[in-house]
Amino acid sequence: MAMSGVDLPPVRPQTSLQRPGFLRRLMADYGQELIVLLAIVVLFVAVTAVNPRFISANNLTSIFSGNAYIAVAAIGMAMVIITGNIDVSIGALIGVLATISGTLAVAGYPIWVAWFFPVLVGMAINGLIGILVAYFRIPSIVVTLGALSILRGGLISVTGGTWISDLPPAFLIAQQKWLGLPVPLVAMIVLTVLAALWMRYSAFGRSLYAVGGNPEAAVATGIPIERRIVAVFILNGFFAGLATILFATQLQVIQSTVPPNLELTIIMAAVIGGVSILGGSGTVIGSTLAAILFATIGSALIFVNVSAYWLRAVIGLLILATVLADMLRRRRTV
Amino acid sequence: MSADTPFVTLSGVSKAFAGVKVLKDVSFDVRAGEVHALLGENGAGKSTLIKILSGLYTPDGGTITVDGRQMKLTSPRDATAAGIATVYQELLLFPELSVAENIFLGHYPRTSSGAIDWSAVRSRARDLLDQLDTRELDVDTKVLTLSVAQRQRVEIAKALSRDAKILIMDEPTASLVEADVQRLMGIVRQLRERGVGIVYVSHRLPEIFALADRVTVLRDGAHVATRDIGEVDERQLVSLMVGRPIDSLFPKVEAAIGDTVLQVDGLNRGRQVRDISFSLRKGEILGIAGLVGSGRTELALTLFGMTPATSGTVVLDGKPVAIRSPRQARDLGIAYVPEDRGLQGLVKPMAIRKNISMATIDRLSSGIFIRAAQEARRATEAVKRLGVRCRSIGQPVGELSGGNQQKVVIAKWLETSPKVLILDEPTRGVDVGAKAEIHTIMGELVRQGVAILMISSELPEVLGMSDRVLVMAGGRIMEELSREEATPERVGAAMTAHKEAA
Repeated sequence: MAMSGVDLPPVRPQTSLQRPGFLRRLMADYGQELIVLLAIVVLFVAVTAVNPRFISANNLTSIFSGNAYIAVAAIGMAMVIITGNIDVSIGALIGVLATISGTLAVAGYPIWVAWFFPVLVGMAINGLIGILVAYFRIPSIVVTLGALSILRGGLISVTGGTWISDLPPAFLIAQQKWLGLPVPLVAMIVLTVLAALWMRYSAFGRSLYAVGGNPEAAVATGIPIERRIVAVFILNGFFAGLATILFATQLQVIQSTVPPNLELTIIMAAVIGGVSILGGSGTVIGSTLAAILFATIGSALIFVNVSAYWLRAVIGLLILATVLADMLRRRRTV
Repeated sequence: MSADTPFVTLSGVSKAFAGVKVLKDVSFDVRAGEVHALLGENGAGKSTLIKILSGLYTPDGGTITVDGRQMKLTSPRDATAAGIATVYQELLLFPELSVAENIFLGHYPRTSSGAIDWSAVRSRARDLLDQLDTRELDVDTKVLTLSVAQRQRVEIAKALSRDAKILIMDEPTASLVEADVQRLMGIVRQLRERGVGIVYVSHRLPEIFALADRVTVLRDGAHVATRDIGEVDERQLVSLMVGRPIDSLFPKVEAAIGDTVLQVDGLNRGRQVRDISFSLRKGEILGIAGLVGSGRTELALTLFGMTPATSGTVVLDGKPVAIRSPRQARDLGIAYVPEDRGLQGLVKPMAIRKNISMATIDRLSSGIFIRAAQEARRATEAVKRLGVRCRSIGQPVGELSGGNQQKVVIAKWLETSPKVLILDEPTRGVDVGAKAEIHTIMGELVRQGVAILMISSELPEVLGMSDRVLVMAGGRIMEELSREEATPERVGAAMTAHKEAA
């Protein structure tokens, strides 16, 4: 090497790279998820101590089955938020899809058409949302607020607020069991595990984190961010469609309204589960655990005889605490 | 107060960021009614010094004396109250507000009842602009409709509205056209007549000789010299700025230079890339010198497909290519290490491993899943080869120092086995040790036959590392110099030639 001077610092000796211990890696990768899991366990223990009937099979079934659709919808929402976007129209979409599903079922279409046609509709609507966000550069909050109004207004105008009843029994898949377990519970677990593996170990999943973590860097590395954003919205529509199947088939009737603030509950599940509202981090395991936590809190409040209105307040506190923790973590690393 | 008594004095000021000293025991003063030029290479500490003066940074050591009293400037508000105002390069105005509103924002004149006295706002804004010979500007116009030069005058009026005794101007002519430069220089002279002390930061030596009374040169965070402008000539200033025998710091590796890899002819894109032609050979380091705004980075972005060319041809390895996207450039074997690694180079919350594999993730996958073991092995190898200092490859990149972050960006692109590596300011904001290591890595790469296109604002780096130097100004290549021909004087002259010719 032609080096005439002496003031070139030598390449410093390489520090050894240690692989951190298993626990440390678990905490680093799944810190928030573990906290939510711990909260669920603590809650179960505490409420069961007060009222042992809480842990009865009946109640567990109602906790998991009645809320599994929220967890399933939150999988798609988590993916959307990981890319730095958001979807506030998902509650209204589930309402619309449920009505389409029920109408098809009552009209005598094959059951599988009644289940899966709405999934395609959800994907199509979200594909459109994704195109507006990605290629027309309209912020996702604006696009989905628009979609929220259109879907909600359209639904009430078309149905006039009537309920759909006389659903064929075979249609009501959420009331059925599979290997002795309620179908919604199985669906929630299977979808969460598959989505989690895919997000962690696929190139596509990895690119979603890059898009949300730093879109400019993602572009400069050759990741086609527009295509990824459209894809993530289509996925969101897919999971909203699957959530609709669980939602629409759990009762003998389909109301033309969904639970109030359903979209907020789904967004909160993602955020409390550790998905950064700023994008770039979080997992679908976290969002599912958080959805279970909400369901547990809701049920626990009944069992210890506290007004259900407290549920929203408790969840609101949780969300603020989580976002605060996220901000503090970011301040430390960046 | 006599004319020679400084209004503001910094003595023995130091500042460090994350253990890296960016200012070391610097003393600097400004008198009322003088233009004091502040000169130095990028990274010399000029902007840190300015930010200390304007209250954005608090120094770690040293004292600040304003008008005979020792003070602590812990916020921009303190600095404003002490009579120090700053006009930054990126102007900080509110585009939706009017000129008058912007000038008096935060200290509106009030009526006796406490309401904002709009007629006073407008008439005083009018006065201030008239004093700056800016009669053509309507005080009710929204700022968003103004040109850069006009906005700059609004900023100056804003400073005067607060009775600034000292006005700091950070590269005020960097984005002005020639006629506006002349007008600005007139305004600066006029302010000096009125007794305002001006700190004038600029790379452009001709402007400094035309305006300044005194000049202070910083280098590597240290004070090198303060001279009356009459005591120095251009050559002396450059040698003060550069200050060391250039060859001693930059290890130029003699690599065998091979066939042409990249041939660019008549490339155009907007106003910043005009009629660019050059060739680049295997094993060669081609340096690009030029001032900020000369089109250096824009050329890189065009070659890399971020802002595709509107005309011209690019031939890569003998095959003509039309590069429309970074993805395509990447797949063709072009890599770009960006100017701002935080903005375009890294996903900071992500692990080192994931950042390194980001450009090659498709190749690392079989079916839909990433081969995790292979990914980890490659990242570990890269970290060792480039000497990235980290706890583990799972550590978030944001936790690393600037130099180590830069090595991660380089590692990411080396994974793609590029034929052409574009390095945009490869050592900006990197400490001296890591800088030398990055230069060593560059030497290794050219020995392996990679062709490097290196953009740098740091003249010694360009001169020390390059086999050939292209000098850009106004979006064009002004001169192409061999290693032997490329002296600081010649490169410096070509960098500023454009402005003088205009």
